[in-house]
Amino acid sequence: MFEILRREELAGGTIILNEISAPFIAKKAKPGQFVILRATENGERIPLTMAETDPEKGTITIIYQVVGKSTALFKTLKVGDRYLDVVGPLGKPTEIEKVDGHVVCVGGGTGVAVLHPITRALKEIGNHVVAVIGARTKDMIILEDKMKEASHELFVCTDDGSYGHHGFVTDVLKDLIEKRDVRLVVTIGPVPMMKVACEITRPHKIKTIVSLNPIMVDGTGMCGCCRVNVGGETKFACVDGPEFDGHLVDFDELSARLKSYVEQEKIAYEKFKCECHA
Amino acid sequence: MAKKETLPRQPMPEQPPEERIKNFKEVPLGYTPELAMKEASRCLQCKNPSCVKGCPVGVDIPGFIRLIREGEFAKAIRKIWEKNSLPAICGRVCPQENQCEGSCVLGKKGKPVAIGNLERFAADWEREHGTGELPPKAAPTGKKVAVVGSGPSGLTVAGDLILKGHEVTVYEAFHKGGGVLVYGIPEFRLPKDIVASELNYLERLGVKFEYNIVIGRTITVDELFKMGYDAIFIGVGAGLPRFLGIPGENLVGVYSANEYLTRSNLMKAYLFPEYDTPIAKGKNVVVIGAGNVAMDSARTALRMGAENVTIVYRRSREEMPARLAEIHHAEEEGIKFMLLTNPLRFIGDAHGRLRGMECIKMELGEPDESGRRRPIPVEGSNFEIECDLAIISVGAGANPLLAKNTPGLKLNKWGYIMVDPKTNKTYKKGVWAGGDIVTGQATVIKAAGAGRIASNSIHDYLTLGW
Ligand SMILES: Cc1cc2nc3c(=O)[nH]c(=O)nc-3n(C[C@H](O)[C@H](O)[C@H](O)COP(=O)(O)OP(=O)(O)OC[C@H]3O[C@@H](n4cnc5c(N)ncnc54)[C@H](O)[C@@H]3O)c2cc1C
Ligand code: SF4
Ligand code: FES
Repeated sequence: MFEILRREELAGGTIILNEISAPFIAKKAKPGQFVILRATENGERIPLTMAETDPEKGTITIIYQVVGKSTALFKTLKVGDRYLDVVGPLGKPTEIEKVDGHVVCVGGGTGVAVLHPITRALKEIGNHVVAVIGARTKDMIILEDKMKEASHELFVCTDDGSYGHHGFVTDVLKDLIEKRDVRLVVTIGPVPMMKVACEITRPHKIKTIVSLNPIMVDGTGMCGCCRVNVGGETKFACVDGPEFDGHLVDFDELSARLKSYVEQEKIAYEKFKCECHA
Repeated sequence: MAKKETLPRQPMPEQPPEERIKNFKEVPLGYTPELAMKEASRCLQCKNPSCVKGCPVGVDIPGFIRLIREGEFAKAIRKIWEKNSLPAICGRVCPQENQCEGSCVLGKKGKPVAIGNLERFAADWEREHGTGELPPKAAPTGKKVAVVGSGPSGLTVAGDLILKGHEVTVYEAFHKGGGVLVYGIPEFRLPKDIVASELNYLERLGVKFEYNIVIGRTITVDELFKMGYDAIFIGVGAGLPRFLGIPGENLVGVYSANEYLTRSNLMKAYLFPEYDTPIAKGKNVVVIGAGNVAMDSARTALRMGAENVTIVYRRSREEMPARLAEIHHAEEEGIKFMLLTNPLRFIGDAHGRLRGMECIKMELGEPDESGRRRPIPVEGSNFEIECDLAIISVGAGANPLLAKNTPGLKLNKWGYIMVDPKTNKTYKKGVWAGGDIVTGQATVIKAAGAGRIASNSIHDYLTLGW
């Protein structure tokens, strides 16, 4: 179990795709759900939302950015290697609904990988879906072709203007809201991006779904590590989410909690890099 | 007779407090055979032993103690096994003062027989000196049983039913087996090698363990039946942390005990950076609550290098639910107790990190539903304490994940699974439940006892019918 059957490097090797054999999970998983993975006996449990599942083949696909020790370790795994533990599917699936106007799916960074199956499902049940994806620069854009296929229209943005629209995905969102009858927004990516997107849609009262990625341990509602403040109530993202009504989420608290272990993360990553060079 | 009575209770050698707060090694070191035999000789061998009535599973206590006194250690452990499948664990973590030792006649005038220490001795002796010979297994019945959860209740069911000839598979959500024994109770109180050796014993008997499977998510209970299981036992524990519901609870530095202990024990964060999982190191630590979980959290924080660790509890010393031994150990190690005190809010800095806690003094009023005197706030007695790490350990509730995805079960108003207490059958045919998911957070021995009741009933069902 948990053998890596396919491995791709995206965005110049900073983003990695792994297709993993996990038949039980593949059979059950729905868009929006996540798994928790561990590579080694002394490793950490890392939650990642699935980008793709293939129930027939019995595989799931994850796409992650190398940001620290654990993802750097994952990156060293080759085709044929195995993850030690993969547990899932966890969290609630996305509620795929048909709305009267347009749906805009806004993704940044590796959030696009998570957004892709949701975008496709929203199109499949008959919505007119506009997708907006972005990254810092051209080389960091991922899944452009897939997102094109999954939507009716695709806008691509880069912060530095090296490709597509020069600017943020949220600028395009603002524009779309002014020009179209947007009834639903799904936005997945870095916390600041999701926060801005929610501020844009709030005055228009457009329903806005976000997918949150707080720090987790068990992923089954047992520890409360993943708690987020949603409309003044504490929710556990691993069982009550990971998707929430973005207008109710306290993003500042989420950002603070995501920084709980910055010091330790640095130590672990530095140690890993040293060991790799040694 | 008179001579026996004057022999004092033999204390168990321990690591001295100033040394042990710097390591995670076990605190009590165990009896030597001589000490064990000496302690065993204190037992009066009562005809109508009250200690046995105090034991939730009815271990033949005078019976095994007599065997220890006679130096028949291998026989002593087999005597215990008749009723208790996890003696190395229970000898270490049972609240003996409320159970067997609390009922021992010697306790009326002096100190009770150290039954827990003797139980632990017999189990440790077997693990270190025993032949490892497996008990005989009944002929295969061709029946298949799934056990959900690998805590003490599930392990007991698995051990019982494999010996009766059934095929047993344990499904566990975590990547390691043992339930609270591995993720909750720290190494210095229950070495993980001991839990591993219990699991290893079951594996050698032929029990299969499937980790990383969340029943209700990865596979549902109904799907387990479709996969060919004839009976299912649910022992998923009370895995839902309770919070206080006060302002500031989501500040960085505020943990549930479940999270704090899982990071430290299961993920071995106390060995960071050898192990990757991080954990906050507090300088001034407060632990809210006074049960075993609170003592474990406080003593872990101390070993992680905290300068001050304070237990904050809204009732008084008499009401503290922890085992006496743990309270005693905590005090010896320098944990402070701030009793009759209730937190009102957590106070954060500009970065959303914990820097203090506002509390109020309490006094005891009339007894409440639990029979304990109800704590009431003392008007105007608010004060602040400085802290950078707070661990909330005020109990656990029923985790709804499995029940929500299992039609046919009946739950009580708190979400615990309802069973027939004589058999531990649930309202769903072919499904049994036991342990904390039925009773709410209780004890290891009660969970193991519930497993024993269920396994007897499951065996009857598989051989005779529902
Ligand atoms: C920190 C701490 C200290 C304690 N100290 C003591 C003590 O000193 N003495 C004492 O007697 N008792 C103590 N207790 C209480 C005791 O540990 C519990 O009462 C006992 O472990 C309950 O056993 P159980 O079999 O019901 O479940 P648990 O031990 O809770 O095990 C349940 C298992 O099921 C798994 N699980 C949950 N949901 C699923 C699912 N959907 N699918 C698959 N697997 C699942 C969990 O991961 C877990 O491994 C303590 C508890 C804690 C938390
Ligand atoms: S009550 Fe005490 S003295 Fe009597 S049999 Fe039990 S342990 Fe021995
Ligand atoms: S990760 Fe533990 S409760 Fe959500």
